[in-house]
Parts: sequence; structure tokens; C-alpha cells
Amino acid sequence: MRLSGGIPAWRQLGGALTHRLLQAAIVALIVGTLCFFMTRMLPGDMAYRIAAGRYGYDMVTSAAAEAVRQELGLDRPWLLALGDWWGRLLHLDLGVSQVTAQPVIVEIAHQLGPTLRLSLLAMAFSLLIGPTLGALAGLNPGGLLDRATLAISVVLRALPSFLLGLILVLIFSVRLGALPAAGHDDHGSIMLPALTLALGMAAVSCRVARDAMTKVRGSAYFAFALTKGLSLHQALARHGLRNVAAPVVAYLGVQLVYLVEGVVLVETIFAWPGIGHALVHAIFGRDVPMIQGTALVLGLMFVLFNALVDAACAFLDPRRRA
Amino acid sequence: MHDPTMKSAGRRSLLATMAIAAAGTLLPSKQVLAHGDDGSHTHDIAPVSADILTVVGPWEMTGLDPSRAGYMFARMEVVETLLEVDDKGQLQPGLASSWQAGPDGLQWRFTLRSGRSYHDGTPVTATSVLACLKRAHARPGVLRLADIKAITLAEHDIVVNLGRPFNALPYLLTHYSTQILAPSSFAADGKVERIVGSGPFRISSLSLPQQFNVERFDGYDETGNRAARRIQRARYISVARSETRTLLVQSGQADLAFSLDPPSIRALQNSDKAVLLSAMLPRTTFIKLNAGHPFLSDLRVRRAIALCVERQGIARALLRDPDLGATQLFPPSMASWHDAALPALRTDPDEARRLLDAAGWRLAGDGIRRRHGERFELSLTTFVDRPELPLIAAALQEEMRQIGIAVRVVIGNSSDIPAGHRSGTLQMGLVARNFGNLPDPAATLLQDFGPEGGDWGAMGWRNEELLQVLQRLSSSQRADTLAGQAGRAKVAAILQAELPVIPVVWYRQTCAVSRRMAGASIDPFERSYRISQLRWI
Repeated sequence: MRLSGGIPAWRQLGGALTHRLLQAAIVALIVGTLCFFMTRMLPGDMAYRIAAGRYGYDMVTSAAAEAVRQELGLDRPWLLALGDWWGRLLHLDLGVSQVTAQPVIVEIAHQLGPTLRLSLLAMAFSLLIGPTLGALAGLNPGGLLDRATLAISVVLRALPSFLLGLILVLIFSVRLGALPAAGHDDHGSIMLPALTLALGMAAVSCRVARDAMTKVRGSAYFAFALTKGLSLHQALARHGLRNVAAPVVAYLGVQLVYLVEGVVLVETIFAWPGIGHALVHAIFGRDVPMIQGTALVLGLMFVLFNALVDAACAFLDPRRRA
Repeated sequence: MHDPTMKSAGRRSLLATMAIAAAGTLLPSKQVLAHGDDGSHTHDIAPVSADILTVVGPWEMTGLDPSRAGYMFARMEVVETLLEVDDKGQLQPGLASSWQAGPDGLQWRFTLRSGRSYHDGTPVTATSVLACLKRAHARPGVLRLADIKAITLAEHDIVVNLGRPFNALPYLLTHYSTQILAPSSFAADGKVERIVGSGPFRISSLSLPQQFNVERFDGYDETGNRAARRIQRARYISVARSETRTLLVQSGQADLAFSLDPPSIRALQNSDKAVLLSAMLPRTTFIKLNAGHPFLSDLRVRRAIALCVERQGIARALLRDPDLGATQLFPPSMASWHDAALPALRTDPDEARRLLDAAGWRLAGDGIRRRHGERFELSLTTFVDRPELPLIAAALQEEMRQIGIAVRVVIGNSSDIPAGHRSGTLQMGLVARNFGNLPDPAATLLQDFGPEGGDWGAMGWRNEELLQVLQRLSSSQRADTLAGQAGRAKVAAILQAELPVIPVVWYRQTCAVSRRMAGASIDPFERSYRISQLRWI
């Protein structure tokens, strides 16, 4: 099979994969190194912070902090500690959490599943809600649905995730008693955090889909499809939806920033045991290996999702493969 | 040219895969990794049903070792200590049925209760208790407060030999870091790999750092009585944000919610889902002053700062509870330390201004005082672990400005206080000190007001008389006598007169209790959630 330009598909795929792997490696190095320096440059004594994270603030004394300093070798020069982290990273070893004493990789393996579940469901919800409503609104620009979705999109995008989350809890948990307010082991616990993320993303994808649909409706090829006798549904199915889908999927790449940023906030609000939640607590506890590890995984998730979005765009839009 | 049929089939399969992936995310999580200090084992999180009691609080479990999140396993009544305390701070039997000190106060003997077993069915033996205590002593923790020379066995008793008399030793053995775990809790290298205790509940599933589930342990109740309506299963969920905990209560998902902030308390006051329960705790919010600082070494200045603090106003406006204004360091909940006869701390900004004038601090045109060209400017460091602290700091900033002191509020991490103490850079810190960490606060006070000051207490200040009284109280076997009472009153009086720390407000723990429960009460020493005493209505 040849995708384009006479280059065999496997070579094209291999090239893209190598490019992404290289990108992932650069992201790993930059994220880990930046996290290291940013954490080290924060004011305050790390040993005391780690002791507070471990034992709670009532029990933090200088003796506990000194014990932590000795145990973790916090007096080592910065560059030595960073070099050590780089060396470990080459062996896929992210070190040990300074607060929980667990290997970071074990902690992340524990947290990655919930974060991926949440992110995927949020994306699925947002794709279901946003483009569907947007496409319908685009069929009749300036109509009631168009104006209503514009107003709702503006409000939803303007609301910070934490406020949107609290509003959803008030409606679905407190008023209706239909869904759990927080936690992770009640049936349906994932729904509200996923919906919080999804609505924020749907607010934008709705408008992107709407604009694309308006463009399609006004295009010559769509008019020709209708002229040659296709019904509106047939014309949409054969010539419309794919053209609407291409910019929506392309815009998903931009929305990943919102998703990754939102995961950190939403997991904290809903007590969802994922990587975002772990990152926040690691920062409070000044747990450098954990901060590096979680930020690294979030960065790699970003690269992976971007690669998937690119692949989906190429799949949907043959012009990109030309 | 590519094959359109193939492309279409590919798209359909892609969509089908996405749909399956999305559906998969909707399924509840059946298997959640859990890990202890070894990070290897897993447990199933039990599916939730209506007969599971849900407790929510802000505390996360950072590990299984007793020194870390041991207090959580104690609060959920999974583990026990050698001794317990009642609501008044009086020692009660725990795993030890009796205890006594030798005539010289150097040797203590603890006799274990017989017939007790761990959750794995093995008996609680003196040998296993000794191993836990030796382990606790080898780590940083409360046992370091006593000059312990050796912990040994004598027949079935635990014997502790001290280098100097230490009256508070039994209280140290009520602390969560000295909890007793079964030998099967430990890996070969000594790390805790699972929690096998001896309390009324045993761990049924665990998902650190946020949640663990417990179920009633039949072996605890010696009569084998499983009374109807008592709690058989419960879970603890760590929920960091106070507003989320409130919403969990309002939605009926949580049965007990702890550490509620004032807005949450207000929101729950007329809830049809829960009632509020509160108790004053032995915790005081105070300003820790660096009395070695050139501005603060003058007692007149410390008194002026104490006089400008509107305690009742802060308590009413920020904590929504005017009774919490601290009239002295020790709250009424510390019955044997609170001295009702002590003249209360008062608010008098005019007197404060006069004292500052007398100390040579003259008001300048910008409203801030100066002495020998130096501006009266100080930093007040606090932290967000207790959400009311930054608010109180802002109020104090304004109150001190009104008497001519410019205050820069620094909001950081709790560890900035002990770190600033050690480095000598701390000027003023706003802290919420728990005097109930050990039910007898003499040991805590010795830590806070000892010769070098304390990480959470005095800084750059020492008082020989106070030191002698505290040492006498902590080593005397007769602390409950009239002399003991006089000593405690002396401590309160010296601290009130010298003001190495300036009390601001006391602390009240408020807990929301679901209306489907009965029998709830608050442990003033925050040792237990008392879920074994709860029952369904």
C-alpha cells in the first residue's frame, strides 16, 4: 500500500514514528530538567517541606527535617542530582518519591489509568456534544440554535474549570442526586469530572464545527451535490461531514492544552486519583522526582495525543497526504 | 489510487474502536493498585453500597509506616496503641491493661491485656509489641522526648528504663507513631507492607494515597456480639478541598465530613442531609514572635502587638464563632491547663500606641512608626494547611497597621516556620499549634518553650522559671496534686506576661454527620472517628 508520493506506507509511518519518538525524548529532557530547576529555585528548605509532606505539619521539627536531609542526600550539589536523574531516565528509572518512598514509576502506573480514563471520556463527550451541536447550528447560521449555542459556548469557555465543576455537582449531585459528587469507586464517579472537562472543550469545538459547516453549506461542491438531486442528508453524509470533521479534529490538538491543564484542576476538585492530582501534591511536598515524573508523563501524553490527532487528520483529509 | 471500500471499513473500525474505548471508560474501576512501603501488592476496592459508612477528610495517606499516616489508621479504629485517653485527657487502658512506675520514676512497667488478637488471627504477644516499640524508638518521633535507655520484656510485661524521670511517658505511648502492628505487617527488611492491627475494624481494601476501606473485625469483640445497626463496613476518602467535602455531604454521599471551613459550616447549618457536631480542641492559633529580633525583644512592643489584636472580631468575622477569641494560650478544653482566674488578654489599641511611643517608636507621616531612622516593618509568615490562617494573617496585618506597624504577609508552606526558626530568619509566624498531640502537653510545652525555644514555640526567648516548672511537671509523679496545679497556673501566667507567643484564636473541630447515623461524637484529641460507636438509624 502506498499512501502518497510513491513512498511506501511503512517508510512514511516509520519516519513519522521516529519523528515523534525524537520529539518525545526532547520533551522528556526539557520537562524533567525544567521541573528540576524550577523546584530547586523555589524558596524554602526542601528537607522541611518533604518532612511536612511525609509526617504532617504538626510533627515537623528540625530533627525530622535533618533525618530527611540525611536519608535523601539533599545536600548533594544540584548538577550531581540532575545528572543522576538523567542517568536514571536513560534506564527508564524515574527514581523514588521523596514523600511516599515509592518508586515514581509505581506511583505513576497507579495514577495513569484513572487519568487516561478521564481524558478519553472527556474527549469522547466533547466530540459528541460540541461538533454535533455546532454542525446543526451551522446548517442554519443566525438561527435560534446558532445563537443559543454561541451564548452557551461563550459562558462555558469563560467559566474556570473549578467553577464549572462545582456547578455541575450542585445540579447533578446535590439537586438531582443522580451522580456522585466526588471520589472514584462509586458507579458513575467519572461522569462529572469528565463532563466538566468536556463542556469546556465542546464550547470551542462547537464553534469550529459550526463555522466549518457554514463554509460547507456555502460551497460550490455542496450546492452541486444538492443540484444533482441528493437530499440534504445524503449531501451531508457524502460531502459535508468529512469536511466539517477535518478542522474539528485538527483543533483537537490545540484543545489538548486545555485538557492537560484541566486534568490537574479537575482531579483535585473531584478527588480523582490521577496524575494531575499527584502533581499538585508533589509540588506542595516539594517531591522533585515525583514532579519530574508526573510532568514528564503529562508531556508525553501531550506528544502522544498530538500524534494521534495528526494521524486522524491525515486519515480524514487526503489533501494532507498529497 | 487507494481503495475507497477499505478506507470506509477502516474508518468504521476506527469509530468502533473509539466507541469501545469511550464505553470502557464508563465502567467502574474494579482493580485499583494499592501499595505500601514496598509498592508491590494490590487490593480490590470494594463496590460501594448503601450500608458503607463514608468518612471524608482532607488528609492523604503518604505511606503505611505508623510515623506517616498512622493517625488515619488509628482514627478509623484499625490499629491500637498501648494506652488510650478519654475526652479529659486521662489515661485509659489500651493494649496494656495496667501500668506503673518504679519509686524513682526511672522504670515503667506495662502489663498487656490478655486474649487479644491481630486481624490475621495471631495473638498480640509481648514480643510483637516490644518489636513495634523498639522500631518506633529508633525513628524520629515522640519517643525521643523521653530519655529511654532500654525497652525490654519481663515475663509478659513491657519494661521501659529511663535515664531521667519522665512523667509523660505513658502519654507518649498513646501517640499514633507508637501503634502496635502484627509481625505480618512487616517485610523482611522491616518496612511496613500491610496494616494488620488489632482494632475493631480491619483493612479490607486500600488505595493510597486517597482511600481505604475497612470492615468490622469479629475477633475484637470478645463477646462475639454483632449488634444490629452497628457499622460493619466503612471507607475513608481523602478529599482535599473543603467545598467538595461539603458537596459530598449535601449530596448524601458522605456520612462524616471533617475539617470544614467557616463557609462550609454556614452552608451546612440547615442541611436536611446532615447535622453539625463541634468540639473545642486543644489547638491554639498564635503569633510566634522572634523575641531575639531587635524590634521584638522589647516586652513593651510584644505587649503592644498583643493589645492591637481584635480576637473576638477575628473569631466572629472569620471563624463565625465569637467564643473562639483566645483570652489565654490554653483553651478551656485543656481543663487542667486553662486558668480561668488569669486576667484575659484584651484589645486596647490606644494602650498599644502608648507602649510603642514609650519604646521609642514614633509615628511618621506615612502612618508607620520609626525609631533611629528605622521603619517598623516586619514580615508575618503563615501557610495554607489551615485555610483560615491567611485570612487571620490579613486581619492582623491591618490591625498592626493601625498602631503603626507595617506587616508583610508571607504565605508559604508550613515547613517555613520551623525552617525560619532554625535559620533565625523568621520575624513573626502565624501558626495553629496542637497541644493535644500528646494528651499531656507538658512534653509539647517543653519542646516549644525549652532552652533553645521551639520550632513551633518561642524564638529568641527563654525563661528559667518556666523551664524549671515544666521540667518539674514532666518528671514529677505527683503532677495531679495541688503543687502540680500551681505549676500549670504558673506556666500560663508566665506565658501571658512575657508573650513569647501571642494567642489569637482557639480552635473548634466541626464535623458534619449524616442524619442516617446516630451515636456520633468528636474526640477532642483527634485520635479516633469513633465509627465503632455509630449505628444506622
